[in-house]
Amino acid sequence: MKFLEDHLPKIMLAPSFVAVLVFVYGFIAWTAWVSLTKSRLLPKYEIEGFLQYDRLFASLRWDTAFSNLFLFGALFIGISMVLGLVLAIFLDQNIRTEGAIRTIYLYPMALSMIVTGTAWKWILNPGLGLEAMVRGWGFENFTFDWLVNPDMAIYTVVIAAIWQSSGFVMALFLAGLRSVDGEIIKAAQIDGIPSWRIYSAIIIPAMAPIFLSAFIVLAHLAIKSFDLVIALTGGGPGFATDLPATYMFAMAFSRGDIGQAASSAMVMMMVVFAIVVPYLYSELRAKNG
Amino acid sequence: MNKISTTVSAVALMISGAAFAEPQAEVLHWWTSGGEAKSVAVLQQEFADNGGTWTDMPVAGGGGDAAMQALRARVLAGNAPTAVQLKGPAIQEWYEEGVLADISAVAEAQGWADVLPESIAGHMKCEGSWCAAPVNVHRVDWIWANADVLESNGIAMPTSWDEFNAAAKKLQAAGIIPLAHGGQAWQDATVFEAVALGILGADGYRKAFVDLDQETLTSPAMVAVFDQMRMMRGFVDPNFPGRDWNLATAMVMNGEAAFQIMGDWAKGEFLAAGKAPGDDFLCASTPGEGFLYNVDSFAMFSVDGDDKQAGQALLAELIVGKNFQKVFNLNKGSIPARTDVSLDEFDSCATLSSDEMAASNEGGSLLPSYAHGMALRGAQSGAITDVVTQHFNSDMSSEDAVAALWASVANSL
Repeated sequence: MKFLEDHLPKIMLAPSFVAVLVFVYGFIAWTAWVSLTKSRLLPKYEIEGFLQYDRLFASLRWDTAFSNLFLFGALFIGISMVLGLVLAIFLDQNIRTEGAIRTIYLYPMALSMIVTGTAWKWILNPGLGLEAMVRGWGFENFTFDWLVNPDMAIYTVVIAAIWQSSGFVMALFLAGLRSVDGEIIKAAQIDGIPSWRIYSAIIIPAMAPIFLSAFIVLAHLAIKSFDLVIALTGGGPGFATDLPATYMFAMAFSRGDIGQAASSAMVMMMVVFAIVVPYLYSELRAKNG
Repeated sequence: MNKISTTVSAVALMISGAAFAEPQAEVLHWWTSGGEAKSVAVLQQEFADNGGTWTDMPVAGGGGDAAMQALRARVLAGNAPTAVQLKGPAIQEWYEEGVLADISAVAEAQGWADVLPESIAGHMKCEGSWCAAPVNVHRVDWIWANADVLESNGIAMPTSWDEFNAAAKKLQAAGIIPLAHGGQAWQDATVFEAVALGILGADGYRKAFVDLDQETLTSPAMVAVFDQMRMMRGFVDPNFPGRDWNLATAMVMNGEAAFQIMGDWAKGEFLAAGKAPGDDFLCASTPGEGFLYNVDSFAMFSVDGDDKQAGQALLAELIVGKNFQKVFNLNKGSIPARTDVSLDEFDSCATLSSDEMAASNEGGSLLPSYAHGMALRGAQSGAITDVVTQHFNSDMSSEDAVAALWASVANSL
């Protein structure tokens, strides 16, 4: 009994610990191994060095996919946060219909990315959606053909992703705004400080942890984005809207080039690490200090 | 149903009097849409009539990508299906993994070598022994046209790319979209290979897309191919990216567009809409000599057990059998792979396809389609398609495209 009492927590945790060890870290190690081989259709295990990485960085398509990731990620995270914050501040003005409006803004989050992508594909299609509608109103020269323009198509992915996620960011920020100590705000108001100064100097700095959480959530959404691109553009026109995840899928499952897919997966993981490790480090340091 | 098939097989056993086990086959395929599912059901019925037990394993999605994932998992688990819908060099790729069976006994007993065109038979052999059974022949280098649109604009079916360009400009001036096209990578590649066959000729096409010959891939003729692709880009409506092929076919059907370059599965769309070949729509090979084929086939995987091996042999025999070849291809819009099937019930486009297949087989211009995974392995054909679609969807120059083409192919090897 004594043994059980002492070790019960460990026994309870052991299965999930083992599962994570095998299914997360074990498979990461497996992918790393395969990325160093010449695997094509089926995995092979003779190590050949960094050949797949050389191929990866020589590939025109990966170039597009990788730079799209940063373009998409920066715009998606930046605009979602700004938009979410502005919406949250507006909602925070004690307006009467707050509940209803909050639900409306949060609703897109309830849709799957496939639905969002398909809906926006129709809205943005020049022959069916927005452009056709505005032209139908008589503005014959109105053009909004981003979806079919290879230089602009990646921005349509940004638009759809922001539409989906900014409501969620708003909810996060709204919770943050509500958690700021009301006494301080009242004191500032008594001192006659204008409300934009109250927000910029008091409330927003007090919400720093919320910004960090929102950033981490949005960053991982951006890096693993796959379904939205597939539904909205299918990676096209050409491969103008490819992202690393769609590149990896194409290599692994359509082209029978598993080594290449594994190397692209490893690069994606390193990008995630580059974002998450500093976050974990700062979290741990804050706890220990 | 089960009871019936058991009875049938019991009867079959009694008749044959042989002591071997009941034939069993587990078949992995992705023919799940209307006409295709009906075609597979024909095979299933025949298999049951011959005393076999068929375990159906349809995996839909992604043009076979999902099925390939399922196959990979099964092979890695050491439990491969009896027969798998595979085609082209993918058969050889799996053979190199050492998982395919040898069905030469059936093939020789049935005399496959005499009834299949040589280059198609080549795909079904692994280092000399037969390892797969062909189902059909789709021709890829077709050009489809709306008969009324051509007539009212005084245009004949083009027989050279210059004629095509002239016709397209005339149509454009008349306010008709010359070429119905869907901007998906594989459709770009389909148009590209038809253009390449026309401009490079059969030998040039073989060197470029079967042998991956550097000289041909970087030749001035290849620049001309990309130049023509740039022309084609001008004949497409601005709203083409992402469009599905059948929507492009519909544009030809309702007279919005004049031509479409697409394999003969497009014929199925015309026929399903009640259009008649020759009257409502026209079919012809794209300008230039040659015939690009896309042959569906079943690869046979090594399986243990007499019942499974008997099933495999029976399946192979039935697939290449005259009855299945006829019924299946009537449903699917393609033509039989074996050349001795009567084409009485087929339409005029299928007869044309069959005649030209025979002629090009003799002339040495019966060639595998690269865009549909018949000529090259996935990595190499994908590398070519990347450049083709990049060029088609941007303002890349033809010279840059040719340079990128070789770089991309070399990187994929």
